[in-house]
Amino acid sequence: MTAVAERLPDLDETVLEVDGLTVDIRTITGTVRAVNDVSFTARRGETLALLGESGCGKSMTATALVGLLEPVADVVAGSAQLADVDLLRANRKTRREIAGTELAIVFQDALTALNPLYTVGTQLAEPFRIHHAMSAKEAKAKAVELMARVGIPQPETRLNSYPHQFSGGMRQRLLIAMAVALNPSVLIADEPTTALDVTVQAQIMALLRDLRAEYKMAVVLITHDLALVAEEADRVAVMYAGNIVETGPVAEVFADPRHPYTKGLLNSVPVHARRGDQLKSIGGTPPDLHAIPAGCVYQARCPLARDICATTRPALDGGDRKAACHFPEEVNCV
Amino acid sequence: MSDQKRADDSLLEVRDLRKSFSVPNAGKKKLCALDGITLDLSRGETLGLVGESGCGKSTLARTLLMLERPDSGTVRFDGIDPFGLRGKELLAFRRRVQMVFQDPYASLNARMTAGELIAEPWRSHKGLYKGRRDREMRVRGLLDLVGLGAKSFDKYPQEFSGGQRQRIGIARALALEPDVIICDEPVSALDLSVQAQVLNLLNDLQSQLGISYVFISHDLSVVRHVADRVAVMYLGRIIESGPTEAVFDRPNHPYTAALMSAAPKLNGEQRPERILLKGEVPSPLNPPSGCRFRTRCWKATDVCATTAPPSAVDPEAPGHAAECHHPLLQEGTLASV
Repeated sequence: MTAVAERLPDLDETVLEVDGLTVDIRTITGTVRAVNDVSFTARRGETLALLGESGCGKSMTATALVGLLEPVADVVAGSAQLADVDLLRANRKTRREIAGTELAIVFQDALTALNPLYTVGTQLAEPFRIHHAMSAKEAKAKAVELMARVGIPQPETRLNSYPHQFSGGMRQRLLIAMAVALNPSVLIADEPTTALDVTVQAQIMALLRDLRAEYKMAVVLITHDLALVAEEADRVAVMYAGNIVETGPVAEVFADPRHPYTKGLLNSVPVHARRGDQLKSIGGTPPDLHAIPAGCVYQARCPLARDICATTRPALDGGDRKAACHFPEEVNCV
Repeated sequence: MSDQKRADDSLLEVRDLRKSFSVPNAGKKKLCALDGITLDLSRGETLGLVGESGCGKSTLARTLLMLERPDSGTVRFDGIDPFGLRGKELLAFRRRVQMVFQDPYASLNARMTAGELIAEPWRSHKGLYKGRRDREMRVRGLLDLVGLGAKSFDKYPQEFSGGQRQRIGIARALALEPDVIICDEPVSALDLSVQAQVLNLLNDLQSQLGISYVFISHDLSVVRHVADRVAVMYLGRIIESGPTEAVFDRPNHPYTAALMSAAPKLNGEQRPERILLKGEVPSPLNPPSGCRFRTRCWKATDVCATTAPPSAVDPEAPGHAAECHHPLLQEGTLASV
């Protein structure tokens, strides 16, 4: 709700347009489709959440966009348009040019994302040295400025510290500082607070909110946490077994879900439940990616499933509010 | 109700438990993990233990399991001090307190089948279920109890999903028919939809078998759902404890209030005003003097730096206490008298 209130006016300009992104992974037991026909847009000054459980393809989507897919994974279809560049077809040189200036990513595990052998000052100065060809002194001054901006106390002295000398929350701040250093138009945040304690999570999300407004970025927030989505995102795309099954403005989707999976997730959160109440869990488990059913991906766990669901995959149709379900009007009767 | 329960059915009493560790490169300084923990657990009750990483939750769990020996303080389990036991009596005690671990991928031996894993505790506790037939029957019964079905008997952990693995972990803990199960973040590694299944299972088992749980979690909504009473830890101390509803609805310690307000809420309208704490938890090697929360507390005054805070009681809920000089519930009333 805060996120909506703080949303910047007149900034609804689309900066990233992903269309039909499809990623296959080659495994010993055959090729599996990890991301299937995923389309979404990210708009300036807005946060889009990619929400889903482990293995649903949300992180794979992000990795494909930033060009960091493992060698066994291939983009087999789709496009991702960002400032006249198709991210999925960009060559190395173009990628380097837009890395940081147009597109940046913040990873979940800040300790492995930072280089343990260089001081944080060196790492924070790097974007300025590479992209703006600044002198070491200028870049260092910029690094200090950035550290102060993301709330690291005594930046002048901490500049010479190594990543392991920082706490988890501070490392995540450093990573965010590096990501926003060159004022990108799109910031992908892949589970940025999952490894952090809740009071620190609140600090980091507040920082991301401020930076989004200040730099007028589009934020793509990848998470499994429904409550985080409810508070931080403007729009949400719910993913299941590699597909977006429902998308729309967060408040509308959460208040009135049109896909039984979204409904099931919302029911699984122990929120109104009191001590001793049964939680309405979703039975079963997500399908094996080796054996995605022909029709609807959710049919095996769906209380609404009937014949058509086994044969025909429902399309993700509609305007700003879409759900890939044959019986969207029945979802709230479940 | 829980007060009455405690009087009748007290199972575990912990008084002023302290435990510190020596750490390398810290000189004579000791890392104080538990600094005077006092808690009670009744039969059939769930005690939720919340707090941020490094607050001592896991050390407390390990001490209750007798994996750590406390420096001082007492533990009474059914009136007995487990740390004074030897030999057979000690073994008998160990049977009564079991654990369910956080990571169902790391806590099951990949070379043993589900049946072998669940029967393994009986290799130490030879008195239970003598004979192969009895044991096999019992394992099948346990598999059934945790909702896995007898055909899981010969499968290996890799053949199960995360949620199913956690069910094996629960069945293994139940194999020794414990009185208390310590659940250390039992659902934090699981996906939301599966998490709900496992929480429902733990709940059902408690009503069927009357076990007590010590439920450690960083997820406040989960704790609110499962716990009868909650204890909030900060830097080795329980700074607030009481009936779950009271602690969640009317937090009395500023830290509890901040913690509750920091957790994102699905339902925006219920959100209390967010209190954004400054800084991070201080090092347990060098905890602040007086009140250990004062360095991050917006209500801190001079007295907080010099004097350990007294226990402040919630006038409306007996058993709901917080360690604070400036408790939130008594603001502007008799707090200063």
